[in-house]
Amino acid sequence: MSTLAPPRVDRRESGRSLRDAAITRVRRLAEAAVTPLVPADVFDMINPLRSGADLRGRILSITPEAADSATLDILPGKDWAGHVPGQYVRVGVDVDGVRQWRTYSLTHGPRPDRSISITVKAIPDGVVSNHLVRRARAGQLIQLGQADGDFVLSDPMPDKLLLVTAGSGVTPVIGMLRNLFSRAVPIRGDIVLLHSALSRSEVIFGEELRRYAADGRLRLVELHTDVDGMLDVADLDSIVPDVAERTTYACGPVGLLDAIEEHHGARGLPLHIERFRTATVVTGEGGSVTFNSGTTVEADGATPILDAAEAAGVLMPSGCRMGVCFGCVLPLREGAVRDLRNGQLTIAAPGDGVIIQTCINAAAGACDIDH
Amino acid sequence: MTVLQKKPVSPVGHLSPEEIEQIGVELDAIRQEFLDARGESDAAYIRKVIDFQRKLELGSRAVLLASVFPPAWIVGTAGLGIAKIIENMEIGHNIMHGQWDWMRDPKIHSTTWEWDNASPSEQWKHSHNELHHTYTNVVGKDNDLGYGIMRVDEDQRWIPMYLAQPVWNFINACFFEYGIAAYDLELGKNLASEKRRKNPEFQAQYKVTLQKIRNQATKDYVVHPLLSLPTGSFLPTIAANFTANLMRNLWTHSVIMCGHFPEGVETFEKASIEGETRGDWYLRQMLGSANISGGKTMHFMTGNLSHQIEHHLFPDLPSNRYSEIAPKVKDVFQRYGLSYHEASLPKQVYSAWHKVVRLSLPNGWLADTTPANAPKQLAKLWKMTTGGPKVRRAIEARSKQEARRREATAAA
Repeated sequence: MSTLAPPRVDRRESGRSLRDAAITRVRRLAEAAVTPLVPADVFDMINPLRSGADLRGRILSITPEAADSATLDILPGKDWAGHVPGQYVRVGVDVDGVRQWRTYSLTHGPRPDRSISITVKAIPDGVVSNHLVRRARAGQLIQLGQADGDFVLSDPMPDKLLLVTAGSGVTPVIGMLRNLFSRAVPIRGDIVLLHSALSRSEVIFGEELRRYAADGRLRLVELHTDVDGMLDVADLDSIVPDVAERTTYACGPVGLLDAIEEHHGARGLPLHIERFRTATVVTGEGGSVTFNSGTTVEADGATPILDAAEAAGVLMPSGCRMGVCFGCVLPLREGAVRDLRNGQLTIAAPGDGVIIQTCINAAAGACDIDH
Repeated sequence: MTVLQKKPVSPVGHLSPEEIEQIGVELDAIRQEFLDARGESDAAYIRKVIDFQRKLELGSRAVLLASVFPPAWIVGTAGLGIAKIIENMEIGHNIMHGQWDWMRDPKIHSTTWEWDNASPSEQWKHSHNELHHTYTNVVGKDNDLGYGIMRVDEDQRWIPMYLAQPVWNFINACFFEYGIAAYDLELGKNLASEKRRKNPEFQAQYKVTLQKIRNQATKDYVVHPLLSLPTGSFLPTIAANFTANLMRNLWTHSVIMCGHFPEGVETFEKASIEGETRGDWYLRQMLGSANISGGKTMHFMTGNLSHQIEHHLFPDLPSNRYSEIAPKVKDVFQRYGLSYHEASLPKQVYSAWHKVVRLSLPNGWLADTTPANAPKQLAKLWKMTTGGPKVRRAIEARSKQEARRREATAAA
């Protein structure tokens, strides 16, 4: 810099920079006082929901819903950035001591008291869903991600709306409806909700939906598989004659969504769909293992991933090569591996990032490794 | 003592290779049983211990803010020392072993944990988990045997320098965390030559260690003393933190010495581990470790390293389970006619120190010395210490011969 004039500093700005400097100094002091911990570790003991903490939530209440379902009211941490009805949230729950992450639709709010809700249906063999419906208790802490997803109503919302849902696919839609109907000036759109469930008693939020219909807020068409059979998309035009004038939002099983996509696609009708990604990973003997470099290694079911990767020229961290030292661990982004010592399967759903020992685990399906 | 392979009667000679493999199968079954059993209560245990340790540490440091008052100094120092011990042993050591990785909690994970110790966790994990646990008690491979500065085996040739090893061992005990840091850096080896000193990998690790030591020292000897300045407790807090570190160092050193040093624990030849099977490896861990007997508090304060045998067999099983595993392991020892080394802390500490002293002297010297022959023995030791290698070898040979003759007379 060639200018000799002292830079003019706005008084307010200098005040702020002084305060910033003071804050930085205090933070450094706190860090130096608690090392090797970080101040956050100490603050977490006092308030795990504070601003600046990893995002967590406290379960406020658990209310049973129809057919093996329950709604959890959760107070999220201070850094919860809010959500738009129809979005989902990633939830991390410790089941049998192991942290498991799943994604659930937000079924309420935004509310003035900041609390959020998810509604969970216990599916057979569902580790997390069964835990949340049957074993979780009010007061417990869970881990949260920020709300995400683009299955939201456009603003302004379409004049004529068709909502097609099946089973727990109603959860993002109930979030939208509750929000619409709780506004100070209720929106009186033309809404048709076509919902398919196994039976009348299986309809989650059944009573509430029927009440909305009775109040004339929407037209509800319930199809119960036990009496009406499965929803056939070919019948859509007869059930909703003006389907072509409507913007459709659909959420449910893959088969239903594929059929609607085809139906609407052929006619060029506006459609928004939400696919619940299932956490099922195809497991088998061996599989292709992918690394960040883009290298893909075909590994058989009897060779440790470490050996297979090294043989293919991938530089791998390694140690004892017998499962003792944990020097070879890497995050498994997605996929399945089998412990060669006892056959134990470890499965990682997208986003889990399960840390695995590569020296004693063989691929048990396609694996994506963060390395 | 001598390496197992050179002993006249091998403690494993009665076992066939098939039996050794069967031991492996049985131990694998025990491991599986506890892998299947671990769950919510174990997770709750480690979280409770971490929470307790942090509160104890914070509370003790808070009390030390007024450490100028003697009762506060005593309570705060004792609390901080205990907190540091728990952090290093039951929490840090075990988390860094991956014992809690199964919880998938990134905050309690071997890849993220940093402990309250001079040695950075990354380096400690390498030298401890990889080298010590893989090559347990293999002379020349497992540097935990004497940390490369001590004579730990009769087969190592005695030189006068070893006379000082009890002193070395005591100094190492007092400053154990720095000893570990130096040892994890393989400082002796890496400072020896210009080429090793300039090695960028060593340079990088060296810097990380210095930074860690700086952070630790700043916390204990600058920040907290400054925070206690308002009560005039600057110096007392420095003394308190030094004492707490000393407590932790002496305690961890003692516990760790008890794990592999007591008399009767076997050592192994380098060549013996070539082509080692899972059963062989298990057997080496069984014979190369010793337990400390005691109550719940003892096990907790040693980080369950009092169950050293179980820990070496199953280093990645959660520590709170070792006490349940122990009877099952003991049963395997009994059925296969192997000796399970277990004794109280004072006994094991004495045994380990006795070995340090015995090996600081020429082979057989301590055993042969009686009040009656003490002057003669001292004269011999003086000659061996001041004479050259030739003098030592001659005296060693003569002592061996005499010992053999005594044995022959005794047998006759």
